[in-house]
Amino acid sequence: MTDLYQLKRTPFHARTAALCLPQNWRRWAGHIAVGSYDLGLEREYWAIRNAAALIDVSPLMKYLIEGPDAARLLDKVTPRDILKLAIGQVYYTGWCDDEGKLLDDGTVTRLGEQSFRLTSAEPALRWLAMNAVGLRVRITERTDQMAALSLQGPKSRAVLNRCCDTTLDGLKFFRMAPNVLGGKPVTISRTGYTGDLGYEIWMDAADALPVWDALMAAGGDHGIAACGILAMDMARVEAGLFMLDVDYTAATHAWIPSQKSSPYEMGLGWTIALDKPGYFVGRRALEREAREGSAWKMVGLEVDWEGLERLYAAVGLPPQIPAMAVRASLPVRHDGRQVGYASTSTWSPVLKKYIALVHLQRQYCAPGTRVSLEITVEHHRRDAPGTVVSLPFYEPEWKRK
Amino acid sequence: METQVTGASRYDAIVIGAGHNGLIAGAYLARAGKKVVVLERRDVVGGAAVTEEIFPGYRFTEFSYVVSLLRPEIIRDLELPKHGLKILPLPSTVTPMDNGDYLATWDDHDLTRRELYRHSPRDAEAADEYSRVMARAAKAIKPVIGLVPPDPSSLSWRDLRGLLKLGQYGASLSESEIYRIAKLVTQSSADLLDEWFEFDPLKGTKSASGIIGTFLGPRSPGTAYVLLHHYMGEIDGAFRAWGFAKNGTGGVSAAIASSARALGVEIRTGAAVEKVVVRGGRATGVALANGDELHAKVVMSAADPKRSFLQFVDAQHFPDEFTQAIRDFRVRGSSGKVNIALAELPQFTCLPGEGPLHRGAISISPSIDYIERAYDEAKYGQFSKQPYIDMIIPSMIDRDMAPPGHHVMSCFVQYAPYDVEGGWDDAKREAFGETVIATVEKYAPNIRRAIVGKQVITPKDIERIAGITGGNIFHGELLLHQLFFLRPAPQWADFRTPLPGYYFGASGAHPGGGVMGAAGKLAATEILKDWGQAR
Repeated sequence: MTDLYQLKRTPFHARTAALCLPQNWRRWAGHIAVGSYDLGLEREYWAIRNAAALIDVSPLMKYLIEGPDAARLLDKVTPRDILKLAIGQVYYTGWCDDEGKLLDDGTVTRLGEQSFRLTSAEPALRWLAMNAVGLRVRITERTDQMAALSLQGPKSRAVLNRCCDTTLDGLKFFRMAPNVLGGKPVTISRTGYTGDLGYEIWMDAADALPVWDALMAAGGDHGIAACGILAMDMARVEAGLFMLDVDYTAATHAWIPSQKSSPYEMGLGWTIALDKPGYFVGRRALEREAREGSAWKMVGLEVDWEGLERLYAAVGLPPQIPAMAVRASLPVRHDGRQVGYASTSTWSPVLKKYIALVHLQRQYCAPGTRVSLEITVEHHRRDAPGTVVSLPFYEPEWKRK
Repeated sequence: METQVTGASRYDAIVIGAGHNGLIAGAYLARAGKKVVVLERRDVVGGAAVTEEIFPGYRFTEFSYVVSLLRPEIIRDLELPKHGLKILPLPSTVTPMDNGDYLATWDDHDLTRRELYRHSPRDAEAADEYSRVMARAAKAIKPVIGLVPPDPSSLSWRDLRGLLKLGQYGASLSESEIYRIAKLVTQSSADLLDEWFEFDPLKGTKSASGIIGTFLGPRSPGTAYVLLHHYMGEIDGAFRAWGFAKNGTGGVSAAIASSARALGVEIRTGAAVEKVVVRGGRATGVALANGDELHAKVVMSAADPKRSFLQFVDAQHFPDEFTQAIRDFRVRGSSGKVNIALAELPQFTCLPGEGPLHRGAISISPSIDYIERAYDEAKYGQFSKQPYIDMIIPSMIDRDMAPPGHHVMSCFVQYAPYDVEGGWDDAKREAFGETVIATVEKYAPNIRRAIVGKQVITPKDIERIAGITGGNIFHGELLLHQLFFLRPAPQWADFRTPLPGYYFGASGAHPGGGVMGAAGKLAATEILKDWGQAR
């Protein structure tokens, strides 16, 4: 009964709880999720960038969409051309309300001719069902029944090759294939949220622990490390990937219109297939935005290190760096006038730069534009000079290879 | 002819009724430097916001029992925390189901979602969007509450400006939001909830707040607005949800009275007003039941509209249409209260043991049909045999409400019609109380043996004790045709009355009932405005 007053635990809880010695737990979609397994984030972060990091991503919402009209449903509710999605292929996509404002984002995987898996950050069952009226389609939520692990880092393929029946060598970026891992049936997609080489492993919740154990055993020689969501949060900013409720607000959750975001504004113009035939939710609004341009856009900002040093030197300190990604909204200025804000900022250990995802009025979005980010230096607000850059900040050549 | 009065007995303002609105009005007037007396018929202040020790050691929050809408500016202006006001959280609602299961909403989004999901995944999602949409609509309407309602038939500058303000506000809403609000003010709560949800106990529980204090059922048009009205409490940062005041709602009254006294207000209890004294076409004072007469520049009534305009003042002082409008004002009491002193905590079969449910509301509202059936009986003059009950256990929130180990339970019960067939008498009151105990017993079987004492309050008792005509907890139903510029009567929703010097500021005035205090504060503001102009 006490269960009722607690957050949900993932199928990997027995393993993650045993390793989570600092008791650094966070909340993720109604679950408790490990923030970090160490007191600091460095070891886990470097596992992502230099070895293999094993991350429990089970809280992701998962839906199975099946039936003769499954493709039609997804084609209607996402701006991507789902009819072109091949079996075994994965699309990343946002989806919108009819005003062309983002509701959520996630992946669509074509499991078969009439069978798809949708992942999302927020529940989508009601929204899918409302759009499925009159379509021959069955929508099943699989969030609790299906466990998911993300194995990220340059050694992730080598680790998987040691414990999977079928080699991962042929699996291309954003493709998915069934496999057997540690004797358990899984599907593995070459996807992730870190901008590195990486895979996501989907399995029946009952197989969660054996799969975890097999991966940890196989990864020992490759430096595998269980990794919490805080290190992943730093890596995803480097990869230029945004997060619902942090970098944008779902249109249904917005209190005022200005809190809503369009996919163009969030840099997802490449996902919007205006050339596909027929209606899809938000089409008219997105066509108009494509024609007229967006009011603002999310881009990258790199803070000048020397500028930062100067601000701190003025009070006799070396630059102070937050230990994890900062989710506070920070004003961005151009010539002293606010032209946008940062939604997430972080120190990038691999780039040795202070970086931020920033939302800027469109005339300031061009790479090379000089802007400043407000920071607090010894309790005083200061503008740290920086430059607009295009996203991602970091993309290793082995990510897509 | 002016009667001779001594300086000492001459007041700037007399307020009739020391309910929370009367006290608030008095405090605001005193804060502006006026000499004020607040007259209370009973020996205790608070009106329908009183806490009384009916059984030694057990303190009942007799009538009103929760606080959500008490205006934060009143709390700040009158420094109520300094005078003891504490509003404690009431963090959950649990609805026991007939099959032994339950439905709960907790004060945590994730936990509530998980709980709703157990019953209906779609409702779990819909609940998020629904609360957002309702909160947005409430947010859209809320500024209106703080305004003196403009009268669209009047052309005064103030009214035009008010209308303009509302118009500008309306223009800031999106088209879909305006449609949404138009729908909300015309729909029944059942229709509204059917559009969103499928799980009966959820719909039943949500629909309940659309009928509270009205003589309507969840399928009656207009109840969706009442639902929204109650939602307002959930959008204020400081008062995200219903709360329970330390020492009950009597604690709220005590804090306001203490603040008022500190500001120099004289509060006289046992001072029943018989008539408002009218001289030269102006209200100049009041005549008390004991024969005393008090004089003041203005008189404000915080009693209900019927008493204020049909009893205190002779009809000759009012235009016919005003008197008619007050006569037509619907004040049908529809709810009762059963306050119970308990030797042990009620044990609910759906959630055995002591748990968080005991610190929140427990709602007997298994479905919309259940409540609508309860209404059917009331329509034809019976109290509901299976009533809607909203329970809280104040002693679990504030241990000072009952002796150690013992408890008090407050059961708000609907429907109990004021005009019950054959009239209310002791036997009928007892039967009503028994119906409530029997209903609770179905879900908490130990309740009967735990009872140390009980107080059954019918609408007739609300009228008799708290002095509210008709026994309606809002001094008049929250019907759309009794709100905004129509409350309490067309053209007289600005706290003034057709009788110069006579003002009106209680739940029967805009913006309506609940322990919110807005009417008292707004009335005081208008009185002071007129004062400024007179000078």
